[in-house]
Amino acid sequence: MAARQQLSPALRRLSFVRTSSPSITRQVALQQSLSLPARCFSNTRPQRFQRTPPAAAVQGKFTSETYPDIKRDSRFAQLTEQHVNYFRQLLGSESAVIDGVTRNDAADDIEPFNTDWMRKYRGHTRLVLRPGSTDEVSKILKYCNDNMLAVVPQGGNTGLVGGSVPVFDEIVINMGRMNQILEFDEVSGTLVAEAGCILEVADQFLASKGYIFPLDLGAKGSCHIGGNVSTNAGGLRLLRYGSLHGSVLGIEAVLADGTIVDDLCKLRKNNTGYDLKQLFIGAEGTLGIVTKVSIQCPQRSPAQNVAFFGLESFEQVQLAFREAKGQLSEILSAFELMDEGSQALVRQVTGNKRPLEGEYPFYCLIETSGSNADHDSEKLQAFLEDVMEKGIVVDGTLAQDETQIKSLWAWREGITEALSHLGGTYKYDVSIPLKELYQLVEDTRARVDAAGLLGDTDEFPVRAVVGYGHMGDANLHLNVSTRRFDERVEKVLEPFVYEWIAERQGSISAEHGLGVMKKKYIGYSRNPTMVGLMKNIKTTFDPNGILNPYKYL
Amino acid sequence: MSALRILVPVKRVIDYAVKPRVNKTQTGVETAGVKHSMNPFDELSVEESVRIREKKRAPGGVEDICVLSAGPPKAQDVLRTAMAMGADRAIHVEVKEGEDLEPLAVAKLLKSAAEQQKSNLVILGKQSIDDDANQTGQMLAGLLGWPQATQASKVEFADGDTVNVTREVDGGVETVRAKLPMIITTDLRLNEPRYASLPNIMKAKKKPLEKKTLADFGITAEKRLKVLKVTEPPARQGGGKVEDVDGLVSKLKELGAI
Ligand SMILES: Cc1cc2nc3c(=O)[nH]c(=O)nc-3n(C[C@H](O)[C@H](O)[C@H](O)COP(=O)(O)OP(=O)(O)OC[C@H]3O[C@@H](n4cnc5c(N)ncnc54)[C@H](O)[C@@H]3O)c2cc1C
Repeated sequence: MAARQQLSPALRRLSFVRTSSPSITRQVALQQSLSLPARCFSNTRPQRFQRTPPAAAVQGKFTSETYPDIKRDSRFAQLTEQHVNYFRQLLGSESAVIDGVTRNDAADDIEPFNTDWMRKYRGHTRLVLRPGSTDEVSKILKYCNDNMLAVVPQGGNTGLVGGSVPVFDEIVINMGRMNQILEFDEVSGTLVAEAGCILEVADQFLASKGYIFPLDLGAKGSCHIGGNVSTNAGGLRLLRYGSLHGSVLGIEAVLADGTIVDDLCKLRKNNTGYDLKQLFIGAEGTLGIVTKVSIQCPQRSPAQNVAFFGLESFEQVQLAFREAKGQLSEILSAFELMDEGSQALVRQVTGNKRPLEGEYPFYCLIETSGSNADHDSEKLQAFLEDVMEKGIVVDGTLAQDETQIKSLWAWREGITEALSHLGGTYKYDVSIPLKELYQLVEDTRARVDAAGLLGDTDEFPVRAVVGYGHMGDANLHLNVSTRRFDERVEKVLEPFVYEWIAERQGSISAEHGLGVMKKKYIGYSRNPTMVGLMKNIKTTFDPNGILNPYKYL
Repeated sequence: MSALRILVPVKRVIDYAVKPRVNKTQTGVETAGVKHSMNPFDELSVEESVRIREKKRAPGGVEDICVLSAGPPKAQDVLRTAMAMGADRAIHVEVKEGEDLEPLAVAKLLKSAAEQQKSNLVILGKQSIDDDANQTGQMLAGLLGWPQATQASKVEFADGDTVNVTREVDGGVETVRAKLPMIITTDLRLNEPRYASLPNIMKAKKKPLEKKTLADFGITAEKRLKVLKVTEPPARQGGGKVEDVDGLVSKLKELGAI
């Protein structure tokens, strides 16, 4: 099956120069040069080392400069050699402590832990700790709490709101070494794993057992399941498998003072007292460090189909969604929305051939997952015929093979990455009642345009205002792609966007969380009573406030 | 120039994104419950035929694009896909599941089909990714006594029934010229196959699909080769992980690399 290996998906979709017919050595080279998965050209390599940096204006700026109102809390101690020595002794292994306090050659090693995925946030930490066990996490936190040292829990560092990197000199506690899969029950589908286990690794393990991780997102090759739980990530299949608040069965976490909270329950049902683990889901590292997770995993569907549509208006998109729910019901596993602007940018960055001949203002990607391929494709075909006949969908395509499934998905999953290659992006991850979902993009575009900031040429700071997202969950990503940093852009966008959402009782953060970016804006989506209760909870779990300060609340 | 009557054989194979597994008895690869689709090289053949028509590349025009697949009933799926991409009609030659044809039998079948269909151009994939034989096109050319241009990366038509084909060869490209009727086999860089559009997928359902048997072509599924054993390639030796630079250095020393 030599030819099979030769045919990397990318090979057929990208133009590629190969000088001659296959031979062993050439094939190896070929595979290596084309080893990027077509599905998402970002996902299996460590982002922070290989991504080409976006516009220079965005890179390099410290969060403390971008947010001059945030001041370092003077209650926190400055790191000393003595502190570092304690951690060295505790963690033993050389690689578990990246020390920029006593060594001045560590800057390059530390930088990736200081900078977030978008290169929008950058901290000043001089110390990174990489614990290998819950016990070590506990000892680290106890020591930090006793010595008033602030910390930032860090997973795969793919978060999009600046939560995973320090603002000042907080110690980074990176969970990457706690990456083991601990237990899997093949009958119930319950998986227990350490927090630092990479999502894609967990999912591939589950695939070999016929199960699937109930969460999937574009950053799966880098993000950790502990990070996913801590951000309550939503992702591409929430429509089908629900939120982590439902699928996470148990959590082991360490509180600020080192107390180990063992709530690693493996039961589907457990109504005994307050369900405290829920508090850690979406806490973004402000209440404790999640060290282990037990999660209910559904059976993997053997049959998958993907269709990609072009539609003339957002009304048609809504109709298509209603029809999809009605006609595909139990097999519908994703319904994603992309506007023309977002697709044009992906095309610009990847150079890939567009799936449809014509251009349409909107595109939808529909995925079905079921147990019987024939049965599913019959259903899907009937649905497709119906929406075409009714004129809801103008054009579309149905993936004919696995490769096409992957390349169609890349048009949705690749948006975030494509935008990151073009410069800085203002990202708003919002939830609004479906009816008005896209209106936000139109209103924002009109506003930026009216301010004279939007245009095709270099003199305009804004390249495009685009929208895409998880239509099935009424979750829109409004992205404003910029050529360079320009203060006027932010002034036009904020608080406008937040006020627009608040007026419609929407959420200013549907799935990405608050982090640094939205800390100030929580009031647009939560009333003072709620925020007050949240603050009480924070004080109960972390009285000294050492966990992820300057963020969230 | 004569109008083209193109015959495009297509094969249903295990989807190339799927990793094939050898069956327990080591007589072949596991096919039950495994996703199948059109052999990628055949997709290139279909695409090329449709482009020749759409771009009006042949001076005499394209009169007919007929796809043919010999395989189990499910092979009709790939025929429908080919028709959704733009082929006019299809012939399904039913072969029982598991009763695979050898390249020579396929070539004989195609010879007879090309004669019956009055084809003057047969575009085949250079090989199918399941058995990698890379023989059918060549054998067919031999049986028909037609010229052949294999591993095409570019096909151009000129007057007087001549066709120029650019082929990928070791170290570069070679351009050959032949006259119709002829055989072309496709290579990866020939084109980029399209996505079948929904309207075309629907239209394809109504396009004619003729069902035939091997007997209609005077062929039997006789075998000249016996598969003794199929085995997986040896598992790759897992690499070791080192914790840090010092670990790497001592490991390299230990292996005598430095
Ligand atoms: C290409 C791309 C696509 C994305 N798509 C989606 C999407 O579809 N849906 C979605 O919801 N999100 C999406 N995201 C953002 C999403 O929040 C993250 O990808 C992911 O959930 C974060 O995991 P992580 O391990 O990288 O966490 P990090 O970024 O390292 O951390 C995120 C937050 O969690 C905290 N944290 C991390 N680990 C722990 C722990 N063990 N204990 C306590 N706190 C911890 C950090 O302090 C930080 O506040 C996407 C991001 C990218 C780059």
